[in-house]
Amino acid sequence: MPEHVVKSPLPGVFYRRPSPDDPVFVEEGAEVTAEQTIGLVEVMKQFAEVKAGAAGTLSSFAVENESTVGPGDDIATIETS
Amino acid sequence: MTGGVQTLLVANRGEIALRIVRAAQELGIRSVAVCSEVDVDSLHVEHADSHVVIGPASATKSYLNVDALLAAAEEAGADSVHPGYGFLSENAEFAQRVIDAGLTWVGPAPEAIRQMGDKAAARAAAERADVPTVPGSDGPVSGLDEAREVAETVGYPLAIKASAGGGGRGIRIVANPEELAAQVPVAQAEAKAAFGSGEVYLERFVARAKHIEVQVIGDGTRAIHFGERECSLQRRRQKVIEEAPAPGLPDSVREELTASAVRLAERVGYSGAGTVEYLYDPAIQEFFFIEMNTRIQVEHPVTEMITGHDLVKEQLLIAAGNALSITQDDVQFTGHSIEARLNAENPDFDFLPSPGHLDVFRMPGGPFVRVDSGFEAGRGVPPFYDSMLAKIIVWGRDRDEALSRLARALDEVEVQGIATTVAFKRRLLDLPEVRSGDYHTTYLEDMLRAEGSSDKEAT
Repeated sequence: MPEHVVKSPLPGVFYRRPSPDDPVFVEEGAEVTAEQTIGLVEVMKQFAEVKAGAAGTLSSFAVENESTVGPGDDIATIETS
Repeated sequence: MTGGVQTLLVANRGEIALRIVRAAQELGIRSVAVCSEVDVDSLHVEHADSHVVIGPASATKSYLNVDALLAAAEEAGADSVHPGYGFLSENAEFAQRVIDAGLTWVGPAPEAIRQMGDKAAARAAAERADVPTVPGSDGPVSGLDEAREVAETVGYPLAIKASAGGGGRGIRIVANPEELAAQVPVAQAEAKAAFGSGEVYLERFVARAKHIEVQVIGDGTRAIHFGERECSLQRRRQKVIEEAPAPGLPDSVREELTASAVRLAERVGYSGAGTVEYLYDPAIQEFFFIEMNTRIQVEHPVTEMITGHDLVKEQLLIAAGNALSITQDDVQFTGHSIEARLNAENPDFDFLPSPGHLDVFRMPGGPFVRVDSGFEAGRGVPPFYDSMLAKIIVWGRDRDEALSRLARALDEVEVQGIATTVAFKRRLLDLPEVRSGDYHTTYLEDMLRAEGSSDKEAT
């Protein structure tokens, strides 16, 4: 099955929720659109949205909530068809 | 003299942690640095007498981790905690936990932090101390009739603000009764749609306001001030350049302003260093209380430069249980000081953060130039924390000399490996409004917006 791997655009801390009390942006196994936000990367107190980048099923996250990521690190895998 | 403060845990990182370590050293106090796993090789750790690694990179797991900090204090045998600014510095619960652990908290009492951290409580305290607050409705207005009554006493222009808004969102400005009648229902409907609550309140709108703040130190009974600072050059509510004294502030206003800050500090029995922030309307020469910050501030060095007093040392002495050793008359003001913050951000890409490795990090020197930085060449700037690399502070006999000196100092800066805001800061110093001191809190953003749109027209 074709896959799209979502990469971190920046170094920082990855978040799956918009804020600690909110639900996650997307659950594993959910359908996503290319434009959908699946998480945030915090770099120096600024937040960058991580978009799915391709439509399909988000099969798994490669990183835990609040873990540190480097630029280009794998964030999630999307099965595109 | 430093009885209860013999071994100080510095619960912060970067330049302010180093700044506190230096004050401790001069007072003969042992300093214990804390650091996250990625900060082990940093200057504040190197300068301190010892250090404790408190957790992983993410601030919530290290510098914001109360349990880890208290464990570090115990492990290092610290008897006191200085929180610096940011992180847990204005967290009343952390202050209380430090005190409950039998340690000395270098800062005001938790009740004072809590009181000043609550907008309504702080405003009420200011009113009790006879400190002017921004005139407006007492809480939300129910409808147009009440809005009209408020407008009659407060006057125009008025800002209609959504109670649930904030950060500049949900604000409408009206200049007369006709606009008020037209806009109140619209504002209510809009607030309901945007924030889920249609509650709005009214406040005097201060156009071209200046941000002026007064440094105070209290010992719980008596308080004195160290003059004011002007910090109106801001971007996204972050101060960009700060100076002392405030340019163009009439002496009579300065006297009232600083006296009001002392009144507030004494009224609430304030202990330690604090800053009372005001909006100042130069057109009518009136000032209004905004809030009080219950910690040392980033821009405290400009005050130190014109008064010759080490504010962090004063904090430590007060925390150790000393009464204020000086009177108001001992605080004399000489010359002018300006600070520019150097940030790891790229002004050409909307100030995108720029962490990385400092291949070259050359800071300015020469007469009357002070650099407070937690970095040096060959070290890394981690992506996990604030982007401030250094504060470059100059002193001059007058404002013109300070401006020329800061321009010269910024020209000496060379950083390679990451992007910085140095060229942007340098450019600001040549703007006519900055040179004349005639700038206000939205000046910089207006300017950047205008530049952005003219760039688009050009291409």
